[in-house]
Amino acid sequence: MSAGEEALLTAAGLTKLYGARIGCMDVSLDLYAGEVLAVVGESGSGKSTLLSLLATQLRPSHGRIRYRMRDGVVRDLFALGEAERRFLLRTDWGFVHQDARLGLRMGVSAGGNVGERLMAVGWRNYGRIRAEALDWLARVEIETGRIDDLPTTFSGGMRQRLQIAKNMVTAPRLVFMDEPTGGLDVSVQARLLDLMRGLVADHGLAVVIVTHDLAVARLLSHRLIVMRHGRVIETGLTDQVLDDPREPYTQLLVSADLRG
Amino acid sequence: MVATDTALVRVTGVTKTFVMHLRAGATLPVLREVSFEVHGGECVVLDGPSGIGKSCILKMIFGNYRIDAGSILVRQGQQWTDVARASPRDVLRLRQCMIGYVSQFLRTIPRVGALEVVAQSARDNGLEAATARARAADLLARLAIPERLWQLPPATFSGGEQQRINIARGFVAMHPVLLLDEPTASLDQKNRAAVIEFIRRRKRAGTALVGIFHDEDVKRQVADRSIDVSRFRA
Amino acid sequence: MTGVVSYNFAYLDEQSKRTIRRAILKAIAIPGYQVPFPSREMPMPYGWGTGGVQVTASILGPHDILKVIDQGADDTTNAVSIRQFFARTAGVRTTTHTSEASIIQTRHRIPEAPLAEGQIIVYQVPIPEPLRFLEPRESETRQMHALEDYGLMHVKLYEDIARHGHIATAYAYPVMVEARYLMDPSPTPKFDNPKMHMSPALQLFGAGREQRIYALPPYTRVVSLDFDDHPFARTRFEQPCALCGARDTYLDEVVTDDSGGRMFVCSDTDYCQGRRTAAPGREAHDERR
Repeated sequence: MSAGEEALLTAAGLTKLYGARIGCMDVSLDLYAGEVLAVVGESGSGKSTLLSLLATQLRPSHGRIRYRMRDGVVRDLFALGEAERRFLLRTDWGFVHQDARLGLRMGVSAGGNVGERLMAVGWRNYGRIRAEALDWLARVEIETGRIDDLPTTFSGGMRQRLQIAKNMVTAPRLVFMDEPTGGLDVSVQARLLDLMRGLVADHGLAVVIVTHDLAVARLLSHRLIVMRHGRVIETGLTDQVLDDPREPYTQLLVSADLRG
Repeated sequence: MVATDTALVRVTGVTKTFVMHLRAGATLPVLREVSFEVHGGECVVLDGPSGIGKSCILKMIFGNYRIDAGSILVRQGQQWTDVARASPRDVLRLRQCMIGYVSQFLRTIPRVGALEVVAQSARDNGLEAATARARAADLLARLAIPERLWQLPPATFSGGEQQRINIARGFVAMHPVLLLDEPTASLDQKNRAAVIEFIRRRKRAGTALVGIFHDEDVKRQVADRSIDVSRFRA
Repeated sequence: MTGVVSYNFAYLDEQSKRTIRRAILKAIAIPGYQVPFPSREMPMPYGWGTGGVQVTASILGPHDILKVIDQGADDTTNAVSIRQFFARTAGVRTTTHTSEASIIQTRHRIPEAPLAEGQIIVYQVPIPEPLRFLEPRESETRQMHALEDYGLMHVKLYEDIARHGHIATAYAYPVMVEARYLMDPSPTPKFDNPKMHMSPALQLFGAGREQRIYALPPYTRVVSLDFDDHPFARTRFEQPCALCGARDTYLDEVVTDDSGGRMFVCSDTDYCQGRRTAAPGREAHDERR
């Protein structure tokens, strides 16, 4: 992290309205390479809406997102053509869903899932595609012998790790995660989080992770945004916000966390 | 030789009040107008009764707690940065290269072994992986952590063992400023002696140390100056 | 008075034909692209070639000569009934000889005899969308075609190789048209894929139930998908045709008795017949093999 380094993604005044209902209101944030930003809040806080806006899955009612592309040029994400946007989603970005079935093709083998992005960007050598898939399966600690198995035969934790491998294969610079540890056993969560920490450190990944679990935020993220009713309540370094919460809602959230 | 400013930390007029919204907004003023300096090569000890805010001062210097008034300046070369007003990214940067912290509690990360916990801290400070690991191993050895524990995650270690991992993590890097919160609390005589030696070595290297020690003996052996925090009671 | 029902020429009303012809023109203008069209009710159920029949009906003229084949043969039930259908409703001349026909409607095969300029071949297509089985959503597949987003098709081929050691797709083998659109060549065996490439004839594809028409104008580039290290390979037969001795045609396996006897003969009956009448001595093998 060098001084004067440009932000990877800058969101300004992001707002999503559903008629009179507020999905999220006036959210601004910066994201830099190599950092993990957690968006925490309870159900209905707007955190998932914010993630969807940032990943351009939703269009905002107001606001802008600027993103520094691989070639260094900063672009307005909602001004991109559909083809460009999809290309970005498939190469420079990753998205890990809470439900692995949304992020994987359940009818395609693990190897096919991991290789899909490569094939989508023009890889045409079966041997190389397979070798790359084997490499990534090993890195996410999935037994390589399972490369031809369908994800329907995988446990929840394995499916999440497969999702991560599937996304990482094109060396994305930004990964969005929506409650990736939801519904997993504690030990499985630990393994997953450890993997993510390693990837962030080794690849200089930028991550936006939505979670309602403060322990996950504390473990994984450098910075934190607390949301409630669609608005940002408090933001700062993760340890700052969790150890020295200033806003009433943040204090409530922190005190309510069973693990502390 | 012209006397240059050797202060590395300058705390000026720092005030901290906790507002407890869960108790109907009751305010808890803790500290008022805290001011002091720490120079390279010295160990300043924070004194005072329990609960007075000693840990609070360390946490504010580290950027963990935010302040209500005043400034906390830290010098890097000729450049002064106010920790209290720095952006979150700048605070992270300061922690990486400038300010080290040995806290009272070790926050354990599942699945990461003790050696790796310590080596990671060195790598964050800019050390190359092999050197970081070697230094980590050296410190753990000096703190009498048996090698068979090095690959194990510290979550299952005893309090004293965890404390020693904490210490190793704080000392492995070469931060110019080092904050120590009761570093010898659960240690036996031998390990306390090791820590005292660490502190002395760092003083010789020009590090500015700020520490809280409940053990009078240790305090006597490392302290260059003492600050009575009750002076700043809010 | 007996009520004689008289049909419009080739059964369909002129407006319907016009609509379908418009779709055909669009399809020709964008080779390989699936053009939606409003499929009409035909006097045969879906799955029996209603798409092909509607295309043929729309382009048929009184001076056309029609050949209809099913699996390469003129005399199978499906081919016979469609041929009779057009003979009755259009009164056009029909033929079994490929070289004589101006329009050839086919199910599942391309004739062995090379087609010439001026000929039209109409394929019957069940599922026009090559990505359908991997991506069930029409909204998604349309986007994929629009954005040339075809990685998924290679995923299917990858799965084949992973599972079988080679690309196991034997028919309806996906192709790229003019390096732009991914197309399903209809359930013709992959053996026939190369015939589609740079053909002098106009190739039309009709899917009645799915309501799509697509086309390959003459001399269109059609390339079968593959991997560098698993290139597209035509099926090779080990033996020649038992009837005419041809070594480069697609062969059908015919069971001759109930003790396991079998022989391999040209699937294209007209072609085989043609070879036999042209050179009677060509019968290289005993029929009783």
